[in-house]
Amino acid sequence: MIAAHLPALQVVVPLLAAPICLLLGRGRWAWAFATAVSWLTLAIAVALLSQIGNGDLPGYAFGDWPAPWGIEYRVDRLSAFVLLIVSGIAAAILPYAWRSVAREIPPEQQAIFFTALLLCLAGLLGITITGDAFNLFVLLEISSLASYTLIAMGRDRRALTAAYQYLIMGTIGATFILIGVGLLYMLTGTLNMADLAIRIAPLQESRTLHTAFAFLVVGIGLKLALFPLHLWLPNAYAYAPSVVTAFLAATATKVALYALIRFLYTIFGVAFAFDAMLTHWILLPLSLAAILSASLVAIFQDDVKRMLAYSSVAQIGYMTLGLALVSVTGLTAALLHLFNHALMKGALFLALGAVAYRLGPVRLTGMAGLGRQMPWTLAAFVVGGLSLIGVPLTVGFVSKWYLILAAIEAGWWPVAALILIASLLAVLYIWRVVEVAYFRPRPAGAEAVTEVPLALLAPTWALVLANLYFGLDTRLTVGLAETAAAGLFAGVAR
Amino acid sequence: MAALGLYNYWIVIFLMMAGFYVVIAQGNLVKKIVGINVLQTSVFLLYISMGKVQGGTAPIVVAGATSYSNPLPHVLILTAIVVGIATTALGLALAIRIKEAYGTVEEDEIHAQDESL
Repeated sequence: MIAAHLPALQVVVPLLAAPICLLLGRGRWAWAFATAVSWLTLAIAVALLSQIGNGDLPGYAFGDWPAPWGIEYRVDRLSAFVLLIVSGIAAAILPYAWRSVAREIPPEQQAIFFTALLLCLAGLLGITITGDAFNLFVLLEISSLASYTLIAMGRDRRALTAAYQYLIMGTIGATFILIGVGLLYMLTGTLNMADLAIRIAPLQESRTLHTAFAFLVVGIGLKLALFPLHLWLPNAYAYAPSVVTAFLAATATKVALYALIRFLYTIFGVAFAFDAMLTHWILLPLSLAAILSASLVAIFQDDVKRMLAYSSVAQIGYMTLGLALVSVTGLTAALLHLFNHALMKGALFLALGAVAYRLGPVRLTGMAGLGRQMPWTLAAFVVGGLSLIGVPLTVGFVSKWYLILAAIEAGWWPVAALILIASLLAVLYIWRVVEVAYFRPRPAGAEAVTEVPLALLAPTWALVLANLYFGLDTRLTVGLAETAAAGLFAGVAR
Repeated sequence: MAALGLYNYWIVIFLMMAGFYVVIAQGNLVKKIVGINVLQTSVFLLYISMGKVQGGTAPIVVAGATSYSNPLPHVLILTAIVVGIATTALGLALAIRIKEAYGTVEEDEIHAQDESL
């Protein structure tokens, strides 16, 4: 039965499709093929989720080698949740890529572009589904190397330096993860995550374990762009091609957050990570610093893409803040924000990509008067922006609601107040764009701009509508996040 | 001397710190890649050292051998070496493209050119 092989196919399909995409060569075939593959991965993710809904946890033993010896893929609610959002974002962004890539990438590089995008997708899905710590490192490097390539394809020459900087910091992060996994293997003789969790439990006092923990948290922190390790992110997002910015902003850091949650909760366990190592006392100040400082910096950016990149650093702060609250509600909020932020940043960056399709690099001043000339694109930006701020009826409200609930539950009123203050800062930087686009006239002499084609609008609005839908009907997201969070705290796979 | 008996781990730590220092301190993009390589090599040695079993032979079944070294870390590190080569190649390719675009691979000069825009 094909159903039993779905966990493997989730990664193998985009991985094998990538070289085929390269062979398809120039033109539209590579794009059409990549789009079909991304839809197939979404279908697989949905099928896996429905298998979980039926009460079993799909797993796959590669080469039929049983779990602690062979590489195992394992799907629980946490990974199915992240698989759904990663493949969903890919499926929404690839149809958009056709027109946007045609505009931004030279024809001879387009097949390579889609190949790298599929490799990146395969790596990200693999990190999420694998049950093997070393396999996680390998897939992390597959997705990272592909994303360095994708960023370097930006038109501005600063894309090259941004990609280089990301390569250096990302490789240091990956090497730290490799050291951490090596030390864990040295201590336990196993790489399987479930097996590691059992064998680590009696070794809480071991210095090797403490060192491994430190290397892993810092290494994943680098990939996650945890403040103050976020220095690679603003340039990488600002100068990458529009499609890449939207894809990476919505998926890459989310998958890194997943890896952090997986290591902290499933492998090391709540008792070790928080009670013994006091990780939350590191995460809490760093998250608050990220939320406030990055939001403030975002207000003063003139490049709109860069502004949203800084906003991403702040939003990552909200997610790690959820972890730092060390409660089921806090973790639920972090997981919800992981999902919701992917939807809102995806929509915002796609809307900006549509503006870039007409205008080239998006400076704030260049957007003057666009509200009338590109009504649908700017309306998408406004709804995405409202969601980012956390206005009711949007997904942003749902995750902020749970985050504030968790802060109050922990009795940390100042933290709850800071979350609200930071939301006001988000109002400020989104308002700057709205003001320029709607309340300033188009500068005299500027060439007339028309609305972008439907091929760009439809995917953008699909994500915008998802922002509204999941803001109203929270059964799927909240249900999954709550069950997954409760399972992680209890230390059982659910 | 137990500490000296672990000399390979001392080498690992020295290489790790040396490589890490080069990555941070050097402004030259190619030298940074060299630093990354040294850092990665230290991790290769770490993995290879942990696979050694005292008195064990190579993990091939032969008559008379009772104790074998652990081959798994060696296999793992083969993968990591491949990843390291891919990273180096990509990093150097980016350095070449940067040299073409900016005419230099010195970080401060690139920064100065971006500032003057």
